[in-house]
Amino acid sequence: MNSTVAATHHHGPASGIGRWLFTTNHKDIGTLYLWFSFIMFLTGGCMALLIRAELFQPGLQLIQPDFFNQMTTMHGLIMVFGAVMPAFVGLANWMIPMMVGAPDMALPRMNNWSFWILPFAFSMMLLTLFMEGGAPNFGWTFYAPLSTTYAPPSVTYFIFAVHMMGISSIMGAINIIATILNLRAPGMTLMKMPLFVWTWLITAFLLIAVMPVLAGVVTMMLMDIHFGTSFFNAAGGGDPVLFQHIFWFFGHPEVYIMILPAFGIVSEIIPTFARKRLFGYASMVYATASIAILSFVVWAHHMFTVGLPLAGELFFMFATMLIAVPTGVKVFNWVATMFRGSMTFETPMLFALAFVVLFTIGGFSGLMLAIAPVDFQYHDTYFVVAHFHYVLVPGAVFAIMAGAYYWLPKWCGNYYNETMGKVHFWCSFIGVNITFFPMHFIGLAGMPRRIPDYALQFADFNAVATVGAFIFGFSQLIFLYNVISCIRKGKQASAEVWEGSHGLEWTIPSPAPYHSFSEPPQVK
Amino acid sequence: MNAPRNHKRTVTTLILGCVLMFGFGFALVPLYDVFCRVTGLNGKVELVPAHPEKLGQVDKTRQVKLQLVAVNNETMPWRFKPENSIVELSPGEMYQTAYIARNLTSGFMIAQAVPSVSPSEAAPYLNKINCFCFERQPLLAQEEKAMPLVLSVDPELPKHIHTITLSYTLFDITPESEQVAAIGGGSLR
Repeated sequence: MNSTVAATHHHGPASGIGRWLFTTNHKDIGTLYLWFSFIMFLTGGCMALLIRAELFQPGLQLIQPDFFNQMTTMHGLIMVFGAVMPAFVGLANWMIPMMVGAPDMALPRMNNWSFWILPFAFSMMLLTLFMEGGAPNFGWTFYAPLSTTYAPPSVTYFIFAVHMMGISSIMGAINIIATILNLRAPGMTLMKMPLFVWTWLITAFLLIAVMPVLAGVVTMMLMDIHFGTSFFNAAGGGDPVLFQHIFWFFGHPEVYIMILPAFGIVSEIIPTFARKRLFGYASMVYATASIAILSFVVWAHHMFTVGLPLAGELFFMFATMLIAVPTGVKVFNWVATMFRGSMTFETPMLFALAFVVLFTIGGFSGLMLAIAPVDFQYHDTYFVVAHFHYVLVPGAVFAIMAGAYYWLPKWCGNYYNETMGKVHFWCSFIGVNITFFPMHFIGLAGMPRRIPDYALQFADFNAVATVGAFIFGFSQLIFLYNVISCIRKGKQASAEVWEGSHGLEWTIPSPAPYHSFSEPPQVK
Repeated sequence: MNAPRNHKRTVTTLILGCVLMFGFGFALVPLYDVFCRVTGLNGKVELVPAHPEKLGQVDKTRQVKLQLVAVNNETMPWRFKPENSIVELSPGEMYQTAYIARNLTSGFMIAQAVPSVSPSEAAPYLNKINCFCFERQPLLAQEEKAMPLVLSVDPELPKHIHTITLSYTLFDITPESEQVAAIGGGSLR
């Protein structure tokens, strides 16, 4: 095995399972990340469908409340750390070296590590489902003391799993920063980089800044549980509100970690299919950077109801609203890019357009939640669930799918089936809206989140939402089928792939050779 | 190209950044307390006695309503009540009262009371000269005790505050070993 790897190292992929276990090739690792994230997406999706099935009717039909809590917790953790984040890292691995004209990622061996930690972390977390006392059941935000004093014994495994995910993310971020800062082709100045690269550079800095804080907070939990400290235990002089402050100091930048690369993908796709250059490139870069900086001073808008002083509520309310300004700049630029463009509506463009519209809806409900006095009504209701699912599902997830369709011909050399892609898009688009739009109404009417049962007046909207969830969930199988058949055969793609494409990644042949840009290209 | 050396510098800087941010997470614990103390936010009250000689002149021109509240943290089985739940007093005036606690179980228990002041703006103006919350409170089975509280409202209290609520939450901090002994010695309740 070793001799084969050594012999073929500079020519092409090794054969067999060893190719994937020992690979240091950015394309292979990107593929691994993307498949891993898709498996996690389906796993977390099954949990979501179980939750929606239980909520189809009021009363308890399928699962017990404690298991319901385990499902909401695991669904959140898996989707955030297992599906969305690895998918973006996968896209970064595939695309960033090709976009900046680098032969590979800066630290290929560490790249292999940062991927292969993840399956172990998630196996450990999923195995807690079979432990005595069940899996973590305290919500993905794991507020203390619910996650310390009142947690099931499996919480320790959860803590170690979070540590491993954090290490993986940090290594991935270091690698991406080193690649972007040190391996750009001659002539590729920072302000010539594609926006996907820019948004990922900023995201990687956010990861470096906040993943260690997450590691810190779970370490404090570990010490409270096992070593008798009282970080979050009021009887011992600690403070449960402290947990929320530290958690959201991580948690709010984390929200942007999950959306900034999506902004980057959409900023690549819209100019291609509008056949125009991106409107306001520099303002896009500055808007991304200001969103990232502002994300550090808005965390307490998640905790308006903990008893913050008035001055605090006002500060966090206005700081949060300020984020709407750079976000508005971005939405304006996307629309202006399309203005008087000669647009076509291939699947990636459809997903990107849906992203712009539906993410904006999610942004508006976010503005509503930012208003401190009314947040007391919305807090912990389905309105919040509707808000963050609008920004994460038709936001982050649609952008990932748009990116997957957009770059798939570059990855495997064949076009996917366009009709099937459009069917997938329309099923997802309709399914997502049927699922999450009614949640705005039941949330405003006062239905609390994370509860397996509800009052009778919410029954109709919940039934509708469940139908939508199943449409959305099962339509992902179309995507799976389309991707597999595209890998196997399909219409041969040219190097440019799309008529309006521009950038270094479209100058190399499709499928992208195993080693690209061994000689750095000259960027003018 | 000198990329490898660049990588080393980049990676070292970034790892250092991670270590610093990990430390910052822990530094937030004291920083948060310092922030609350400096600003008087969050109704956090200092658990150290105020000096009686530092109290200002009695301000007879106005009266402040002081509401005393007792809360049992969940599963805390003691009876816990203030002697008087509402009093009117002038700023600067020294006021002595007590909270009555009774251990309703048949075992020895230790409690700790944690104070909170509302509105939080008033927290720095409430001086506790003596408080049962400064110490842990042990009670034998069925023992009852009046736990003393001596306080005074600072005359500097902003004029628009007319009512101050002082709430104590009682926590069970009996060590595990003692609890086992209590259960072994008879039924808990």
